[in-house]
Amino acid sequence: MLRFIVRRLLQLIPTLGGLSILLFVWLQRLPGGPEYALLPDDATPEQREMLRRSLGLDEPLMVQYLAFLRRIAQGDLGTSLQTSRPVLDEFLLRFPATFELGLTAILIAVVIGLPLGYLAARRRGTILDFAAVGGSLLGICTPVFFLAFILKVVFAEGMGLFPSAFRLAPGITRTDITGFVVLDGVMTREWDVVWDALAHLALPGLALASIPLAVITRMTRASVLEVMQEDYVRTANAKGLNRTTVRTRHVLRNALLPVVTAVGLLTGSLFAGAVLTESVFAFPGIGSFVYIATQERDYPVLTGFILLIATMYVFINLLVDISYSLLDPRVRAQ
Amino acid sequence: MPTTPSSQSPSETEEKEPLHKRKAAKVDRLAELMGDRSDDGHGAGIWREAFGRMRRSPMAITGAIIVVVFVLVALLSPLIAPYSPTAQTWGSEVFPNRNEFVGPRAENWLGLDHLGRDLFSRMVIGARQTLMVGVVATFVGFLFGALLGGVAGACTVLGGRWGRQIDNVIMRVIDMMLALPSLLLAVTVAALVGPSLTTVMLAVGIAQIPIFARLLRGAMISQGNREYVLAAQAMGVRNHKITLTHILPNSMGPVLVQSTLTLATAIIDAAALSYLGLGNPDANFPEWGTMLSEAQRFLSSAPALAVYPALGIIITALGFTLLGESLREALDPKLRK
Repeated sequence: MLRFIVRRLLQLIPTLGGLSILLFVWLQRLPGGPEYALLPDDATPEQREMLRRSLGLDEPLMVQYLAFLRRIAQGDLGTSLQTSRPVLDEFLLRFPATFELGLTAILIAVVIGLPLGYLAARRRGTILDFAAVGGSLLGICTPVFFLAFILKVVFAEGMGLFPSAFRLAPGITRTDITGFVVLDGVMTREWDVVWDALAHLALPGLALASIPLAVITRMTRASVLEVMQEDYVRTANAKGLNRTTVRTRHVLRNALLPVVTAVGLLTGSLFAGAVLTESVFAFPGIGSFVYIATQERDYPVLTGFILLIATMYVFINLLVDISYSLLDPRVRAQ
Repeated sequence: MPTTPSSQSPSETEEKEPLHKRKAAKVDRLAELMGDRSDDGHGAGIWREAFGRMRRSPMAITGAIIVVVFVLVALLSPLIAPYSPTAQTWGSEVFPNRNEFVGPRAENWLGLDHLGRDLFSRMVIGARQTLMVGVVATFVGFLFGALLGGVAGACTVLGGRWGRQIDNVIMRVIDMMLALPSLLLAVTVAALVGPSLTTVMLAVGIAQIPIFARLLRGAMISQGNREYVLAAQAMGVRNHKITLTHILPNSMGPVLVQSTLTLATAIIDAAALSYLGLGNPDANFPEWGTMLSEAQRFLSSAPALAVYPALGIIITALGFTLLGESLREALDPKLRK
């Protein structure tokens, strides 16, 4: 097991290395280069040259690349052009909000998608199956930001069932411990805060959940259908094994393998979705911040965001691989 | 495969059915067998069979109808659109500031947009732009993805030790691209080059490259282990010929399925790019994604402005997805009965 993990960790090195080169090249290719972004438009060529030298931009590319790696390793992702504060600080400040939103979306997707996909497979060809398949196709084909807008206009502005923006109602006071509103609320027993935060998470969470929900439902359905045809399921049924045991230990356990992978792969697209949903609901997370960054061409923030997501994606998939090998002994043996 | 005649007992049918019907059935059966035989040597059997299965699937038919209507509207759009999509002919009748919009009426079938332009004409012309974005983006992804995946696959199967090294390098690059979610990759490209129609098509297309590459490589490796490749090698057929005329044609199935699905993704991703302000800034060419993101501002006062392009995107994407999914099912040997 340990050898498996070490080997997978070693495989990360070329991927992350290549990624850093990609980002470095991208930074080099920025229109006008950083000296244009940092200096006013009417700066003289001499001033530009001085800045270039002070930033180390006159060094050989290899030296610059190593300096770039050193900065990243120290957590220095540059300074946001919008707020003039370090990009990493801006991300850390907003991370709890986005994490809560993403977790809500994944929870919604898993809690609805797994049983729905399982039932659709068990009752293949029924109205339930048809609705599950059709619904998930529709979910995949609907632009996330449009769904978010519709939810906001109908349920927040139209019916007034949910708040339409922000993380908490304006008047509410709370004790900040970790930055995670729901967690803090539970820890300090401020139940009104918890309730209000959950109400604010409902609509953006639902919008963000649409694609994961569709993917998980479809994956579970397809996977359960496939496993139900396996010989070992027939054998288990034939030898008179308890039906519930067959369904949970034989069908479900094996059917979950590809679904686990899918959930892991979804994390990346979840962040992309967060940019679209958070901006619609003015949810103060990383997504809204990056949305403004795309409008303002705030390159350090965009680069930092890509680095953040790529790194998270790589590590989440490492976790997926490890959990995979725990679920399936065959993977370990390879 | 069609059931063999021996599976049903002839004596039973003889008793039940009149002679002419039996004869007709025999002729049909013969034609079927002959038809099959002529296909066997050409490798078209699997596609014909898949097509036959798709013709009976309501999912495939729905998808095909949507796609055909969409493509026809897009191609014939200048003939269908009654007015210019950009002329603000009725600009004096619409006041977005005062929430005064014009809904459907005899001369403007879908009403007017926020600048007094005919919405129906914009939708029809927009279909053409949307189709173009989808097709070009898919083509970019397909071309470069298939190139990378094809080289990697061919190297793995036939290239020996050196080939596997090349494959390793290519796949690391692909994995890296895969680590970035497709929409973010598109945002990166669009932000880097600046917004334009070409950017949107390139950005969305580039984001699809790793998927195509992985699919083709996987299919080629699985084909490479078949006996016919070994036979060709034993007969001394050159490597590039084995790759191009034997392995590649047999590996295209999943890639073609993916192309259909990618068309849907490309249209949705292009809409998202427009929403992020990275879409086509040229107002002369209305595109559903741009129309949708422009109309968001008026969603509470004039929802129709957003709903039409949104429905256009959803229905078209659904059409391509249904078609792709049913094609995938039809080609899947596991699901064959």
